[in-house]
Amino acid sequence: MKPAPFAYHKPQSLDEALALLSEGAEEGALILAGGQSLVPMMALRVAYPPALIDINGIAGLDAVEVSGTRVRLGATVRHAAFHDPGFLPEPLGPMLHAVAENIAHYPIRQRGTFCGSLAHADPSSEWCLVASVLDAEIELRSAGGERRLRPADYFEGPMMTLREPDEMLVGVTLARPAPGTCWGFYEFNRRAGDFALGMALVLYEIEDGVIANARLGLGGIEEHPRRIATAEAVLNGRAPDEAVFAEAAEAAMAEVEPMSDATTSADYRRDLAGTVLRRALAAASRRTTHEAA
Amino acid sequence: MTETIAKTEISFTVNGRPRTVTVEPRKTLADTLREDCGLTGTHVGCEHGVCGACTVLVDGKAVRSCLMFGAQADGAEIRTVEGLAEGEALAPLQEAFIRNHALQCGFCTPGFLMLITGALDENPDIRDEELTEILSSNLCRCTGYRNIIRAAIETAETLRRSRGAA
Repeated sequence: MKPAPFAYHKPQSLDEALALLSEGAEEGALILAGGQSLVPMMALRVAYPPALIDINGIAGLDAVEVSGTRVRLGATVRHAAFHDPGFLPEPLGPMLHAVAENIAHYPIRQRGTFCGSLAHADPSSEWCLVASVLDAEIELRSAGGERRLRPADYFEGPMMTLREPDEMLVGVTLARPAPGTCWGFYEFNRRAGDFALGMALVLYEIEDGVIANARLGLGGIEEHPRRIATAEAVLNGRAPDEAVFAEAAEAAMAEVEPMSDATTSADYRRDLAGTVLRRALAAASRRTTHEAA
Repeated sequence: MTETIAKTEISFTVNGRPRTVTVEPRKTLADTLREDCGLTGTHVGCEHGVCGACTVLVDGKAVRSCLMFGAQADGAEIRTVEGLAEGEALAPLQEAFIRNHALQCGFCTPGFLMLITGALDENPDIRDEELTEILSSNLCRCTGYRNIIRAAIETAETLRRSRGAA
């Protein structure tokens, strides 16, 4: 359980980190941010990079920028930042706080990073689901330039993305939901803090008594989280009630192509997709009622 | 991979005392503390971030020392279980563990002590449910957790009372 030998670099600037990455990428050099997924993989010798580029010493990479419509999180913003529901303006702050409570455990959240989760792209990653539902722009930078990808063009499969080995995920920009947006998140797993078997994130607005701008996504069900457009279409223009929510869940269950493994069949995950979505929708509607009251 | 990788010299403080050690980059902080600083109170259980036996405070935050490399701790302030007692006087949390029978075999205890210390330092007004939730981070196979929860909640109350009195 000891990692294989590697060369350790601790650059002081982003340019220096990108230069080291472009030099070492072909051999398999990796960025080390929070290390809460990478280091266990190295301990298990599933990963044995010849070099690590530790970005924790680069000033300014933990910057958070809030504009009228978007929020940008730098590469070293940690999960623990969201322990404070006031870290970001409403409704994003309380929503991401509720999501973050489901990420692994407290000591892991002290080091793990939002952007690191996006780079790792575990199908059960809460932040990958958030990025998908909030139309994230994922900023990839190399010594040669920068490009921005939407989640649908970035996630490729379990732990697979379209990031090139010489590119570093330097930040992510999320859409800010409008004030008064109703939201709900629900995650199911077998043990507290374990990887999600299934989770759903839902946001919608209420205009003239009916649902508008519904956005919802599922994580842990398919090979990567994504928005489920057919279920969103069911919701828009309808009054939020249990029957409509059940219909949206049916639509999602029909659409998904669930993963299957030794302990959890695809049928189980399909069923779970409906359950987590109904529960997330119920949580969103309780929030509506609560705020109207 | 045939080339030898140079060791790096790092300096940090452990329980207030400055240390300089020379380590291979692949050496975890847990092994650095145990082997290079002689502080074997930090226990190494699973070595991949699951059990929490190796929890220490790095710059005030409770973290898994098996998921950090020693080289990353250069310049950091580290607290380990050896830093809790002042001479012969145990910390209130350690006293509470004894009173509440919050340990049996004791292997997980240093990790729990540092986890709880970190959580109470970060938020002295933490709610009981939040504290209980945080305790799910670490594994204990003896106690069934009830007594650890009792010790943690009792300590939170003790610290709040002494802060109120001060």
